[in-house]
Amino acid sequence: MCAIAGVLNLLGESVSPPRLMDMIAAVRHRGPDGTGIHVQGPMGLVHARLSIIDLAGGAQPIHNEDRSIWVILNGEIFNYLELRAELETKGHRFYTRSDTEVLVHLYEEHGRDFIHRLNGQFAIALWDDSARKLLLVRDRIGITPLYYHRSSSELVFGSEIKALLAGGVPARPNLRGIDQVFSWWAPLAPDTVFEDIQELPPGEWLEADQRGVRGGRYWDFDFPEPGDFTVAPESQLAEELRGLLHEAVRIRLRADVPVGAYLSGGLDSSIIACLVHQHADVRLCTFSIGFETEHLDEAPYQQAVVHDLGTRHARIECAGGTIADALADTIWHTEAPVLRTAPAPMRLLSGFARSNGFKVVLTGEGADEVFGGYDLFKEDKVRRFWATRPDSAFRPLLLRRLYPYLDINAQGQSYLQAFFGQGLDAPDSPWFSHLPRWSTTSQCKQFFSEDVSQALASEPPAEERLLQRLPNSFARWHPLNRAQYLESKLLLPGYLLSSQGDRMLMANAVEGRFPYLDHHVINFAAQLPPRLKLRVLTEKYLLKRALQGRLPKPVLSRHKQPYRAPDIAAFVKANPECLELMAPALVRDYGYFDARKVEHLMRKAMTGKAVGHRDNMAFIGILTTQIWHRRFIATPAHKQMLGDSDHVTKETRHVG
Amino acid sequence: MSAEPLVRQFLLNNYLFTDREDALGNDDSLLQKGIVDSTGMMELIAFLEDQFGIRIDDAEMVPENLDSVNNIVAFLNRKQTDRNVQTAG
Repeated sequence: MCAIAGVLNLLGESVSPPRLMDMIAAVRHRGPDGTGIHVQGPMGLVHARLSIIDLAGGAQPIHNEDRSIWVILNGEIFNYLELRAELETKGHRFYTRSDTEVLVHLYEEHGRDFIHRLNGQFAIALWDDSARKLLLVRDRIGITPLYYHRSSSELVFGSEIKALLAGGVPARPNLRGIDQVFSWWAPLAPDTVFEDIQELPPGEWLEADQRGVRGGRYWDFDFPEPGDFTVAPESQLAEELRGLLHEAVRIRLRADVPVGAYLSGGLDSSIIACLVHQHADVRLCTFSIGFETEHLDEAPYQQAVVHDLGTRHARIECAGGTIADALADTIWHTEAPVLRTAPAPMRLLSGFARSNGFKVVLTGEGADEVFGGYDLFKEDKVRRFWATRPDSAFRPLLLRRLYPYLDINAQGQSYLQAFFGQGLDAPDSPWFSHLPRWSTTSQCKQFFSEDVSQALASEPPAEERLLQRLPNSFARWHPLNRAQYLESKLLLPGYLLSSQGDRMLMANAVEGRFPYLDHHVINFAAQLPPRLKLRVLTEKYLLKRALQGRLPKPVLSRHKQPYRAPDIAAFVKANPECLELMAPALVRDYGYFDARKVEHLMRKAMTGKAVGHRDNMAFIGILTTQIWHRRFIATPAHKQMLGDSDHVTKETRHVG
Repeated sequence: MSAEPLVRQFLLNNYLFTDREDALGNDDSLLQKGIVDSTGMMELIAFLEDQFGIRIDDAEMVPENLDSVNNIVAFLNRKQTDRNVQTAG
């Protein structure tokens, strides 16, 4: 990964190079190894490089043979070797060994359709000088970020929002985006928590020239119509899946620097570690997080895999106080409020991997969405079964099977039923699977101030925006596929791959690679019959079957444990400086929340009495909104801290 | 002293985070309105046991006893009566 930024003046006026350099300076943490700029009249591209492939010669921007096409890339094109061989046979001449260079030649061959040939994670800005046209493209899943601001006179874009702010785009809060955080955990692209700053949605492109700006979707998750699922023996499908995963891992090991792996101890990252181990010709290095809270720590499972594969393993211990202290800088990188502290340890982990000499790690992110791993999918199945006989006393008892680790007595059963019983009367709702989660999250909105609640009341409901973005065939899909789609469009790109993924990795200039999110793997899995994902209530059935015998048994058979970090508990003893932002005067001043209610919550939290999910989400959501406002809105752009300042730029290159 | 104001104050301060009395009706369902979740219920039970010196058995942890201010107050009164009967006996 790297950082890109740029400006296209739609009125034909020249772009200022110092402005572009300011923009890239704001995101230099993503690319500390070099800077390159290309300015051509009304258009400027700038790039900060994290060198991973072709260390000596891969500086960007990169151009084609006659310098009529220029490109900057944040990310990786994993199938670049195959594409390059094909392009060379067609007579294209390359001047670097980098993956980026295939883009300009592919564009020459196919125009905008070149996107379909790419296997990778990418945010691309390509300038076609003959057509005087700028093309922005984002990868299919949303691994690599890309933001833009459009005014009547220009299009400004960058890998992170802070690049846009440094380029003069005003920082104003977007209440609709904040409302989405408190509904779905993250804004839904193109919305962000900043007014007039959009995120290019995953799988979409944007084209701009003197005639205007237009966009479109080139890829989406596509599930079969009922009855059209793949028909084949399980053993054959397991074999096919194993082959696809091997290939996804193999091409993700392409790098001119060492590649490591994150190991949570869960099934998904353990499988990746196992596959990397089979491909790598050197001993694999794995990295894990440890928590002092026993029920959050996964050490025994991590150790089982380390022992089994003989990896060189390093573990960073994250005490509650460390997490509390790390939160404020973490929000500088997420650029949005979050409802959990979980991103903070991920930032510490990437710093730890980097200090061990690693710029690239493979992770297990995406398997739950692609192969049906989340408890939410099981809840949906039980709730649908229950909804056909809402008065049944027996059917909701299945809920107990979902949470074997909860001590469910009579009251627990009543409350589980009340929680999961939501929406039983609306099984056709597109959100049926997500109603319990969304309603719990939305309860945090009781803390919104009167002004914010009133302003939001005049907006259309958040679900309406989501409805507009659903594919036409959505309503005909199997319920599991519908739930998978919602997870893959909301939480995955909005939170897991960004706030907990790219941003935390790139805060320390570490690139994450995600084999489960290879689009060949995704397309294969999408066609599988739902029973091969969720077999009765066993999650990721085919994935487990495909890897049977290759992983330690305890890892293969363990009940899924979601990755969690201590939330309020991290703050009770630590009392970090950022808690000052919860003071009534500042809460009133920033205006998002009801100061009196926040006072009650603070009292409850600091006396150790706030233990429920809702209180924890509300506390972290309010605190991180306050931090976010202080860092981005209340502080003028030129005084904002520009991330980590200890990276040294080794090369600055000016082209054109 | 009646249990009602204490129970109301606890629910208002700890689940609705407000001092506004009109935020909670005495017959409002704590479950249906999403005021209390399952962990919140554990907090409520701990509060009732501490505040009123009672012990709540598993079998008593049902919505009929705990799902609204009125249900809770009636439940506390029954517990109190039971205790008085036992003491008298």
